[in-house]
Amino acid sequence: MTLKQLSIFIENKGGTLVTVLDLLSREGIQIIASSVADTQDYGIYRVLCSAPERAGEVLLAAGINLQLTEVTAVTIDDVPGCAAKAVGALSDAGISILYLYSFLWQGRGVLVFRADAPEKAVEVLEKAGYIDSAPLF
Amino acid sequence: MEREYFNPEFESLSRAEIEALQLQRLKETVAHCMNSPFYKKRFEEAGIGVDDIKSLDDLRKIPFTTKQDLRDTYPFGIASVPLEQCVRLHSSSGTTGNPTVILHTARDLDEWANQVARNLWMVGLRPNDVFQNSSGYGMFTGGLGFQYGAEKLGMLTVPAAAGNSPRQIKFIKDFGTTALHAVPSYLTRLKEVMDKEGVDPRRDTKLRVFAIGAEPHSEQQRRRIEEMFGVKAYNSFGMSEMCGPGVGFECKEQNGLHFWEDYYIVEIVDPETLEPVPDGEVGELVLTTLRREAMPLLRYRTRDLTRVLGRTCPCGRNHVRLDRMKGRSDDMIVLKGVNIFPIQIEKILMQFPEVANNYLITLTTDDNNDNMTVEVELEELFTDDYGRLQNLTKSIQRALRDEILLSPHVKLVAKGSLPVSDGKAVRVVDKRNVYK
Repeated sequence: MTLKQLSIFIENKGGTLVTVLDLLSREGIQIIASSVADTQDYGIYRVLCSAPERAGEVLLAAGINLQLTEVTAVTIDDVPGCAAKAVGALSDAGISILYLYSFLWQGRGVLVFRADAPEKAVEVLEKAGYIDSAPLF
Repeated sequence: MEREYFNPEFESLSRAEIEALQLQRLKETVAHCMNSPFYKKRFEEAGIGVDDIKSLDDLRKIPFTTKQDLRDTYPFGIASVPLEQCVRLHSSSGTTGNPTVILHTARDLDEWANQVARNLWMVGLRPNDVFQNSSGYGMFTGGLGFQYGAEKLGMLTVPAAAGNSPRQIKFIKDFGTTALHAVPSYLTRLKEVMDKEGVDPRRDTKLRVFAIGAEPHSEQQRRRIEEMFGVKAYNSFGMSEMCGPGVGFECKEQNGLHFWEDYYIVEIVDPETLEPVPDGEVGELVLTTLRREAMPLLRYRTRDLTRVLGRTCPCGRNHVRLDRMKGRSDDMIVLKGVNIFPIQIEKILMQFPEVANNYLITLTTDDNNDNMTVEVELEELFTDDYGRLQNLTKSIQRALRDEILLSPHVKLVAKGSLPVSDGKAVRVVDKRNVYK
């Protein structure tokens, strides 16, 4: 399945992250999963939340650099080896993953990732039996 | 007895004698300038003639000459002699518009070499010294300027040119180099390579004199260089508009640079009002050439800020002593001997649609090295892929290097995060240990 993710440019200086979190909290937006990675000078804060479009508008209005990005997600059983199997299917199909993070949601594992060929990734996963018809949240 | 001055007839003049000579030469220069279409028109517009210059104070009747005038008259419009009498041309890079062109006759080159020779003699160099010139050659006047000057003094002169430190060190050792000219930041680099090669300058070389200049440096930086090598380092001032290096140089007292007043009239003016400031107060250096044939310049605004320290000196020379340059009255940056205007950086940044209009140039000294960081605001986050963001910073860095010949560190920052003062963007923050 495809999810909308906020990718937020975060400078490496004090108070930047808290500004973003405050803005979201004031709008009553719930963060479901997030991941932050950094280079020497800046980081990108990636967020899955309850209302990504609304969150994007609020943050942009506050002058924050961000992009609404489509990412691929797949739910897996919370059992050892399941992530390896799902990623293995992608790998076998020659699909590369740019970044990935994971979280638990209602007793199941969720892998969120950005593939170099997103449509093909969804196809490959469906063929491999990963069918996520209902929206996650 | 050994000669103390290279040009005793000029170096030992009293103040009154200097001023009498200056007036005579000023009159000659102004008369000669009437051969220049530019100055002829300037004088007509100002309603003054050659006969109006009767005293040194009358100099103030003459309008200033600026770098813009040189650009506007590019390439030969200021010359006071026909081109066939010129034998050399030096030019600035012209990165901010038309380049500036400086022409020399054979006599100009000889007088230029004489100033450099006078300086080097002043700090104790003699014909038995070996002079290595580790300065860029070509259009940069530090190369040929020191070459001809050192040769005129009679030294064995090695045109080593800039860079390739292991080769520089080999020359220093093999040729018995006793004196070397370089930009100060390069000497720090040279010492690092010497350390790596296990070369001790005190034990393994005959170095005893450095001529340093072409980039701002602090007293502290000079002392550190002297201690690192066990070599006396003398500050040199030059600018291509006047000829190049040679215009001013420290004597052994190391207490200010003697500007040669038989060659130049020195004025220090308030850069806003253009009125003269009293001795001791910082203002903009304005120079009038007194001996140039091809391209005399009257009241040239150098944009360098300095002050008069004194007009006498224990060394016996009564040529004015000026403090090391304190900065610029325009926004030019001098980094590692390279002149850079923020507008050059701006021009490059604006070629990248991914970045916003604001930017900040920060100059720092890290591990004895001067560095530049350019922070640019991201217009919008066009990707969430680090690789692409890093490619952007690399492309900006490459484009900047092609423009300013140095590779600054390029840092992406969030939009709106750079400082703005009074609605006007702050472009340059200089944190170097330079102007202390």
